Amino acid sequence: MSVEILMPALSPTMEEGTLTRWLKSEGDKISPGDVLAEIETDKATMEVEAVDEGVLAKILVAEGTEAVKVNAVIAVLAEEGERVEDVSQNAPAQQSEQSTQSSVESDELETEFSGIGHNQPPALRQLSDPDLPDDVGFKTQTIRDALRDAMAEEMRRDEAVFVMGEEVAQYQGAYKVTRELLQEFGDQRVVDTPITEHGFAGLGVGAAFGGLKPVVEFMTFNFAMQAIDHIINSAAKTLYMSGGQMGCPIVFRGPNGAAARVGAQHSQDYSAWYGQVPGLKVVAPYDAADAKGLLKAAIRDPNPVVFLEHELLYGESFEVPDLDDYVLPIGKAKVRREGKDVTLVAHSRMVGFALKAADTLYENGIDAEVIDLRTIRPLDIDTVIESVKKTNRVVCCEEGWGNFGVGAEISARVVSDAFDYLDAPPARVHQKDVPLPYAGNLEALSLPGVEDIIQAAKQVCYV
Amino acid sequence: MASDKSTSTKKKTTSGASASKEELLKYYEDMLLIRRFEEKAGQLYGMGLIAGFCHLYIGQEAVVVGVQNALKEGDQVITGYRDHGHMLACGMSADGVMAELTGREGGYSRGKGGSMHMFSKEKNFFGGHGIVGAQVPIGTGLAFANKYKGNDNISVAYFGDGAANQGQVYEAFNMASLWKLPILYVIENNQYAMGTAVSRASAETELYKRGISFEIPGEEVDGMDVLKVHEAAENAVKFIRSGKGPYILEMKTYRYRGHSMSDPAKYRKREEVDDIRSHHDPIDGLKKTLLENGTATEESLKAIDKEVRAVVNKSAELAQSSPEPDPSELWTDVLREV
Repeated sequence: MSVEILMPALSPTMEEGTLTRWLKSEGDKISPGDVLAEIETDKATMEVEAVDEGVLAKILVAEGTEAVKVNAVIAVLAEEGERVEDVSQNAPAQQSEQSTQSSVESDELETEFSGIGHNQPPALRQLSDPDLPDDVGFKTQTIRDALRDAMAEEMRRDEAVFVMGEEVAQYQGAYKVTRELLQEFGDQRVVDTPITEHGFAGLGVGAAFGGLKPVVEFMTFNFAMQAIDHIINSAAKTLYMSGGQMGCPIVFRGPNGAAARVGAQHSQDYSAWYGQVPGLKVVAPYDAADAKGLLKAAIRDPNPVVFLEHELLYGESFEVPDLDDYVLPIGKAKVRREGKDVTLVAHSRMVGFALKAADTLYENGIDAEVIDLRTIRPLDIDTVIESVKKTNRVVCCEEGWGNFGVGAEISARVVSDAFDYLDAPPARVHQKDVPLPYAGNLEALSLPGVEDIIQAAKQVCYV
Repeated sequence: MASDKSTSTKKKTTSGASASKEELLKYYEDMLLIRRFEEKAGQLYGMGLIAGFCHLYIGQEAVVVGVQNALKEGDQVITGYRDHGHMLACGMSADGVMAELTGREGGYSRGKGGSMHMFSKEKNFFGGHGIVGAQVPIGTGLAFANKYKGNDNISVAYFGDGAANQGQVYEAFNMASLWKLPILYVIENNQYAMGTAVSRASAETELYKRGISFEIPGEEVDGMDVLKVHEAAENAVKFIRSGKGPYILEMKTYRYRGHSMSDPAKYRKREEVDDIRSHHDPIDGLKKTLLENGTATEESLKAIDKEVRAVVNKSAELAQSSPEPDPSELWTDVLREV
């Protein structure tokens, strides 16, 4: 059978090109790899190489021809055992439109139309906290110890779980969150890494692909910016890109947000950054019980989880249910205080500020409801909407910058899903739009606090 | 301390040891399959059936075929974006790879990955990575998992001369050597990182020396000779499997085609390509050996070529007849169900 040589597309955008020069003549013997012709595309002049073996029977598009459509037949090759004259005579007289081209176009159109019914993701399954037994006891614990216990319990439960990061083993953790894990589990499972965030984040992803369940500690999430390519491109996207074959069960954890007087490079909140990425789960707990229950859930989760802790909360104590296996669902917000006049939405350390603000507001005659998001992604917007339908007002509180932030997302969702219920535009409380300053007074001016939340709540209540 | 270091770096020590008749013919067929597959992929790209980026492996076939034939069941493989050859050499089907290239349901990632992002858990192929150098720490993590589990499998991370200048490669080298992880690093030096010649991008152009600071032994190998590649790989794999830690093989190789399909290749002369092609082609080279030592005849090799063409043509047909993924696939595989 003769072989038709088509005008090739030589760039992702090329639709037509100029056939500048033929380097072979009719009657020439052709081997795979021989340069047949030169083509000028929208980007460059390219060479067309032969794929098949044979004799160039007929050239159908003369050199110098402009605007030759991609997939037009430009020449015909006679294969072994064929008579060149026969092929040449049977060849089409001139270039013709290829039917494949138009069928591809109509396929695209069809996809566009049929896509309309598919522009919404499937609904989230509603999750709720497990019921605690009536006789449950509580113990007072710091967040630091709650996180440590969560890791220790999961490491006892599953040998595939291991912890790696800078100073997690012999030093006992830069913030002592991994205290005594080395003594119990040994250096095979509690691994001190060199200061090499990009490298050990990638290594952790590979270990997860290889069947382990790594808990990768970043000394702070500020340093994870060196590793963000592996968190997003390697961990979050691979399940999708592999058609569901390659899961990545990994937890990236560490302190996030502003510490105290450490300046701009060590004081950034990444909630909104990671919150934008499909394929990740993003958790940011406030109290010790949530820190424990959610970290245990994160370690068991078959997906990559970014677990954002807060350095300034590590030493704070809370009541934690005294249970052998306290696991909370990821993706469920918690109403921390019920109220009827305004909804305060917050996560991580801002929850504490919102609760304090609610106390003051109550003394001023405003009854605020406080929602702790706990998970940034998947975002439990239903709990927020339900609250706003009751209070008709919302204040979104976060420690990070406001532009394109978590509060911006929640405001948009509230406006879109509960517009008719709103008695005031949503308000946002967030860090000032500057790198975090070092000087004590400027740092205090930059970071959002209780007073900012009170003012914003009064503003949406018009008092 | 310095005297008992195991690190050594050397140039071309291998000679091309004796391989059995069956092995020689398998190398030939494996290389030919990659060559014909890639030629077909280039053709389908030209017809607009394959879109986006498409990086062909033509010219480099001896590297992956020589190394893969030195591995055993359960060893893991990872590479960058010039990955079609690696997938075929791992035993992945031409049908599944080609259908992924055309973005169809029958592809390894059901059309959601494309040329640069394909995986096969079954064949221990871990991608297919589009970010230059990312496969090196990930491959090192696969080695970490093997050591953690206490099995005797190793991983192989392939990367190019371009990736060899990425910082994360050296972060991975350091940890691999520090923890004696079972990994083979194969640097496929095809002499151009996209359009930049090695000498224009690398202060040290002898890339097998890049492990010296990390106590990783390295060796330069003629990557256009499958027998030399195979022998070097066997020695390196033996070293790694014995628990001595990582090893680097720098394969001096050459790609005939452009970096991607839209590369006019103006950074090198046509004569340079022709010279390699005429005098150093890995398939022609092995063919000559096979004919000279009587392992094969022109006819028997032609029969192999015919079989290979049939496999490739079938894959090209399937890649066109397989439907596009169902629109509902848009929302699947983002997260695994808990």
